[in-house]
Order: sequence, then C-alpha cells, then structure tokens
Amino acid sequence: MGWFTRKRKDAEQPETKEEVFIQCPACKAHIYKAEWEKNLEVCSHCNHHERMTCWERIDLLIDRGTFREINRRVTASDPLKFADAKGTYGEKIKETRQKTGLNESVVTGRGRINGIRVVLAVMDFRFFGGSLASGTGEKIYQAAAYALKHRQPFIIVCASGGARMQEGIVSLMQMPKTCAAIARLQQARIPYFSIMTDPTTGGVSASYAMVGDIHIAEPKALIGFAGRRVIEETIKQKLPDDFQTAEYLMEHGFVDLIVPRKEMKDTLHKLLKYCVAA
Amino acid sequence: MYLDFEKPIEDLDAKIAELKAASSGTGAGPDPQIEKLEQERSRVLKDLYSKLTPWQTVQVARHPERPLLRDFIAGLCSEFIELHGDRHFADDQGIIGGFATIESHRLMLIGHQKGRTVEENLRCNFGMARPEGYRKALRLMRLAEKFRLPVVTFIDTPGAYPGADAEERGQAEAIARNLLEMAALRTPILVVVTGEGGSGGAVGIGMGDVILMLSNAVYSVISPEGCASILWRDGTKAPEAANALKITARSLLDLKVIDEIIPEPAGGAHRDPQGTMEAVKKALMKHLRRFQGLSSKKLAARRMEKFAAMGRYR
Repeated sequence: MGWFTRKRKDAEQPETKEEVFIQCPACKAHIYKAEWEKNLEVCSHCNHHERMTCWERIDLLIDRGTFREINRRVTASDPLKFADAKGTYGEKIKETRQKTGLNESVVTGRGRINGIRVVLAVMDFRFFGGSLASGTGEKIYQAAAYALKHRQPFIIVCASGGARMQEGIVSLMQMPKTCAAIARLQQARIPYFSIMTDPTTGGVSASYAMVGDIHIAEPKALIGFAGRRVIEETIKQKLPDDFQTAEYLMEHGFVDLIVPRKEMKDTLHKLLKYCVAA
Repeated sequence: MYLDFEKPIEDLDAKIAELKAASSGTGAGPDPQIEKLEQERSRVLKDLYSKLTPWQTVQVARHPERPLLRDFIAGLCSEFIELHGDRHFADDQGIIGGFATIESHRLMLIGHQKGRTVEENLRCNFGMARPEGYRKALRLMRLAEKFRLPVVTFIDTPGAYPGADAEERGQAEAIARNLLEMAALRTPILVVVTGEGGSGGAVGIGMGDVILMLSNAVYSVISPEGCASILWRDGTKAPEAANALKITARSLLDLKVIDEIIPEPAGGAHRDPQGTMEAVKKALMKHLRRFQGLSSKKLAARRMEKFAAMGRYR
C-alpha cells in the first residue's frame, strides 16, 4: 500500500462510524450493517428486499465455483446514434460500463443449483435501470440457445424498468426476439423459470418475464406494465399502496410463488427436480 | 383541417376557393389563373410531404382524418365477418378482428380500432387495447392457424391501455403471451403499420413474417412526448425526441425493422383515402401470393430467425 492511499484511508477513519449501520430504504429503520449483509440485504423489520447486483444474485443462486459466464463481450451498442439534451448515448454507455464494470444490463452464464446444471441470465438494475436493449436481447437470445443446445433449464432473474429508450425501436424489437427464444425452448420442452425482482416492468414484464413455465417473485417486488404515475394520470385516481406488488400479482393469478431471498435457491432446486429428468 | 406546417397549402386553397367563387356563374371556361394555382398547390404539397420532419410525420400519422381500420376494411375487403370476445372476460373494441376476404384471398384480419367521434372513441378507448383485446387477437390467430388462413394485422395505436383494470387483468402477460405464440404460429402473419405504432401495444399484434408500413406512419418504443419529458425533462422537446428516436418508415427500413414502405399519395393518406387503399391492396396482394403454399413449420422458424437478427452482434 502506498503512502498516499494509506493517508487517504486514515482521513476516512471518522466516517466508518456511519458504516456500522444501514438505513432501510423502505421503513427507514437503522440496521447493523453486519446483520443486513447476513440477512442478504433484506430488512429484518419490514422484509424489504433491497436490489442486488447481478454478482450478488449469482452468488446467492449458483453453487460456489460453478458459474461460467458466456457472451461476456457483448456490449451495449448505439444503433440509433442517439443523443439527448445531456449528451450522447455512446458517452453514457462508456461511463456506465466504467462505473459498473458491466458490458450490458444482463449477465448470462451456466452453473449449478445444488448440483443441477442450469443456464442463467441475471439482469442488473445499475446498468441503465436494467433496461432491455439490443445487447440485453442478444445475450438472452444466445443464453436460451445455449440452454436449447445443451438441454438445460433456463432461468432469468428480471430487474428492469423496461425497454431502453435510447435504442428506440431496436429495443422494442427485443421483446419479440426474446420471446422467440423462449418459444424455441417451449417447443423443445425445456423448462424456463422467470424470477421477478424489484422492479420488473414495461417491456420486460410484457415479454420474457411473463411467459415462464414457473413465475417466481421476490416479496414486495414492483411488477407491472405501465408506470404508477402514468396510470394515475390516466384514470385520475390514486392507486392503493399494494398495487403492482408481487403479492397483488399473485392474488390476480400471474405469479406462482413468492419466495423470500433466503429460500430462493432451495426453492429453485425443489422445482427443478420436477422439471428435469434425473 | 390543416396541420401547422401546411400553412402554404391552406393559403393556396383559400385563394383557389376565392377565385372559384368569383368565377362561378359567369359561364366562362376554366380560369387559367385557377389552373396555375392548382398546379402550384400540387407542387408545394408534394414538396412539403417529400421532406417532412419526424415530428411533422407524427402529426400526419395522428391526423384526425387519416384512414382508420374500418376505412381499410371497407376499402379493401369484399367481406368482413367480425368475431367478438376473448372467451374469458369481454369483447374489447380497441382491437377488433374477424374473417375477411380481399380479392380472392380469405384471411383473418385483426387490427387496432380508433374512432373519430367522442362516442366512438369511448367505445374503442382511442385504440388503446386492454388485455382482452390482445387475448381476442390471439384467439383469432389460433383460429387462422387451424383453418390455414393467413393473418393480416393493422397497427394504429397510441399504446396498450395504461389503466388500473388493464394491469389487474395482466396487460403485460397478455402482450408477452401474444409474442410467444406469434413466434411459433404456423400460418403467415402480415403486418401493416398504418398510423401510430405505439410501443408494446403495437408489437403485441406486430410480430409478422413481413412488416409493411405506410410512408407517413410512425413506430416507436415511446411517444416523442413521453421520451422528451423523461430524457429532456421537458415535454415540449417532442420534436427533438422524435428526431432522435428514428420513428419514421424510412429510418425503420434502414434499421431493418420493417420490410417495405407503402407509399402514400402526395399530401398524405387522409388527402386521398382511395389512393391509399389501392397502394395497401397492391402491397398485400403481392405478399399474400408470396406466402401461398409455404410450409408452415419452416415459416415459424424463419419468423423467429427474422426477429433474432434484430440487434444482432458479431
């Protein structure tokens, strides 16, 4: 460690006090950071499930040391050469890649769940709000093709605000594209599970998220097609608090199971045993 | 009704009308001045419409006199038997469909329905379908598959209805299901984007083997106004957003999202509905003939491959 870095670390010392506690974004309760982490970023007071990075999610679901990423190099592209008031999308991609270390809003790969081989796609909300863009669609399409070729179950963990505006119509076309990928799995009788985490909305909810053989949601996750504000403006009414929650979707018949984070892996394993020939 | 950018046409029309009124009843032959103005008018109209900006194109695509689904049905079909209901909940009028005959072709015609009057628009919800509409569309596509009829869909919607009831009954699931099933449907699907192609609500009946688009129609992931209010934080920047989003038929053809542009008569479809019908009919006939007798299994595989190629990386 160099002198400069050591010095800076020393200067930060007083701030470590704050890091002992985490404030739950939902109920504002202060929770010991160690407890928060041990509880997989779930609030012990209100059961709020904090958004996870794709890597945390992969650690959670996949047997240690078995994950192998595929198509890592597929990177967000800029089919429209899009620019808005704040600058070009191309620049924004660069910044986001640097900030997150990710190339797109989804990481795909293969691995094992308690020994069962699966192909997995995990979205990451940090990358443009987990939005569905051409790179996302391509990675999901290719991952599904891999699952088809190797006849392994396919699982997508959704975390997305919807289509990525900056890729315009090309992002919209990722909806039929990804559904075509799932249709091929269906024809080959390969299981496809959709896990909906907070949030799963817009073009993602209206494509691969909602055509799973099994739909699993995390507690309280926001799941829906249109945004709350748009709906309230349309119907000129306030919506109830539980509107578009995982629980609301289950009540209306669109989700099979609501599974707390801690039980997610074992639940997947139990379900897979019914869907995969031994 | 004239759009903002049509001011020169409005002025010319006023002048022509004035001269016509003055010369009527005089018994004189054709007024050379009127003829000259009419030539001028058609030149200006052609010129205006040959270089519409994307935002102007949006105005034309939403023109209140633009042909609607029922005009296309009346103009193209010698027979249309509407079939109602999704068999689960209701008969949505935002999407309608039924058996149709165009020349010698029997087919299943499905499309978004907009209205012109307030009452019509209340009934069809301004062309914003609810889940029942998408589920009815799927039911009809399944029928078409069963009876080996091609499916033709007409797209003209601001978007799927963003209402609480639509969410409750699974708007997202209804659209997603359509995409999944259309991917594998064993009968040809021809899509014509006639007006507004509004995001998921449009693509929910838009996964075709061939996608045709009228030259002044638009197709986008979000409305220019919506995009402007999010990315520009200013709804009045819609013209800039329309530009950036690449929503015109020309851009979509370049992006290989659509297969063919159907040229509208000069001055837009609303100025010459008859000419528009002829152009649409000609294009549909060509593709209906092309798909006759094609193996249905191969067709679905090719459809999947077509969409897989959209946004592909090497």
